[in-house]
Amino acid sequence: MKKIPVYLILTITALIMLYPLLWLIGASFKSNGEIYGSVWFMPENFDFEVYINAWKTNTGYTMGHYFLNTFAVIIPKTVFAVISSVLVAYGFARFDFPLKKFFFAMLMGGMFMPAIVTVMPMYMLWGKLGFLDSYIPLTVPSLFACEGMFVFMLIQFFKGLPKELDEASRIDGCGTFRTLFYVLLPCIKPAVISVAVFNFLWTMNDFLNPLIFINSTEKYTLSLALRTSVDSTGQGYEECKVIAMSVIGLIPSVAVFAVAQKKFISGITVGGLS
Amino acid sequence: MKKIYHNSVGVGKYTGLVLISPFIVGFVVFILYPFVCSFVTGLTNYDNIHQPEFIGFENYRNMFSDSDFRKSVGVTFRYTAFFVPLKIIVSLFTALLLSLEIKGMGIFRTSFYIPSVLGANLAVVIMWQYLFTSDGLVNQFLEIIGLSPISWYGNPEYSIFIIILLRLWEFGSTMIIFLTALRDIPKEYYDAAKVDGCGKVKSFFLITLPLLKNVIFMNVVLQTIAGLQEFNAPYMITEGGPLKSTYTVGMLVYDEMFRYYNAGYANAVSWVLFVLTAVVIFIMFMLSGKLREEMQ
Repeated sequence: MKKIPVYLILTITALIMLYPLLWLIGASFKSNGEIYGSVWFMPENFDFEVYINAWKTNTGYTMGHYFLNTFAVIIPKTVFAVISSVLVAYGFARFDFPLKKFFFAMLMGGMFMPAIVTVMPMYMLWGKLGFLDSYIPLTVPSLFACEGMFVFMLIQFFKGLPKELDEASRIDGCGTFRTLFYVLLPCIKPAVISVAVFNFLWTMNDFLNPLIFINSTEKYTLSLALRTSVDSTGQGYEECKVIAMSVIGLIPSVAVFAVAQKKFISGITVGGLS
Repeated sequence: MKKIYHNSVGVGKYTGLVLISPFIVGFVVFILYPFVCSFVTGLTNYDNIHQPEFIGFENYRNMFSDSDFRKSVGVTFRYTAFFVPLKIIVSLFTALLLSLEIKGMGIFRTSFYIPSVLGANLAVVIMWQYLFTSDGLVNQFLEIIGLSPISWYGNPEYSIFIIILLRLWEFGSTMIIFLTALRDIPKEYYDAAKVDGCGKVKSFFLITLPLLKNVIFMNVVLQTIAGLQEFNAPYMITEGGPLKSTYTVGMLVYDEMFRYYNAGYANAVSWVLFVLTAVVIFIMFMLSGKLREEMQ
């Protein structure tokens, strides 16, 4: 009985948090008049043609094209990020080497470096190398364990495993890499999944990097395509179409979150990652 | 004396270095190089096409007389000073409620967490833009509860709240960190406090808050860095307006670099932003250190 106010607060907060998303889905079926006429999210009728139109977009390419572009960035980026972060975290967590403290301080310091400071020199550098308007500036940095957060989280997980595992595997004749792949990696699977999921979501959400590095519409990622559609549509004109595009754009993130939710949250709670 | 490296039998002292070598390369190329390059470019007059011309600290001097720059620093700091405490309080309060061992906790946790997963997505930013139009959802609700609608986009007093509310809506990730930290506090502490006659409020201030100190600090630092760099939301939602009331330093840097092609000036401003961020975090470290001494 004592907990009723708590439930009340939580339920109201949850409704406030989720209502905009519900409204967004509803609004995709509404006329402009209906959108601004009522706070209730349910549309008067469902006409899925708006989604067909939204899929076609007004940019000359379908959303399918932009999805493929986005995945062409996300897939290599995720593979790169997982491999490099695991190796670096393994090095920090399990080995002693010269200047270890110094490099660890660099790792922590790098996390606090504002992206806005690094992005312009990188733009100039990629420009000199001739890689602007390609996916190389978006994916290649992940090969070098650039996301300090991921490394930090994996280190916490590695430290949670008893060192006897490594010793036993060494006695059985496994080297450094075989110990990692056959003994340690299976134990930290949730953390690896968290890294992959976070990388997916962050890349999906990333706007600044594609905005700066990609110029041609043909190579736009989803977020750039969405922005172009908003700009070319303008306020007060066919708003349901832009809204429908946004709904479509959210589907991959929601799907990945729903599938990976359980492992993913356990990953965050152990690693303390935001 | 020679340093001894504690490694397993058969592992040399360089094995670890080899494993972290991607990070060393990445740090030099993607963090150290841009950092130095940004400073050097900031000392030049450069349009990204012609040869840069060295002009010393001219760009930095120009900032003082640039009213846009002064305004954007004010906007950025006011914004950060508003949203960081709000976000921390809301996250901590919700985490406390969720840690009360209630049924359906998982459902609540997920509902609070989803917005922060989607939050930075451009689709959500577009949604947010619609919510605050003159007859959008937010104003419709204000009218229902008997308040007069607000001109969110027209009034420089309110426009920044569109961005603050968006970032506040994404409190889930901060909340999860608090939730984990709360779960790590041994229950015996509270039991002991109860025996000593401590009420719930008192035990929150005497047990919970001191034990969460480090986590709170970490969250404040992370959010402050994010706040001082804010770019996406004002760029997409308000375009910095009205009357530059949401024109953050991040936007100024972007405009100077990619709209006016003043690469030199843009880099100098971004360096100032970096230094300001470092100073703010340093002050936080000092203050929190003092706080720690007082508590002991």
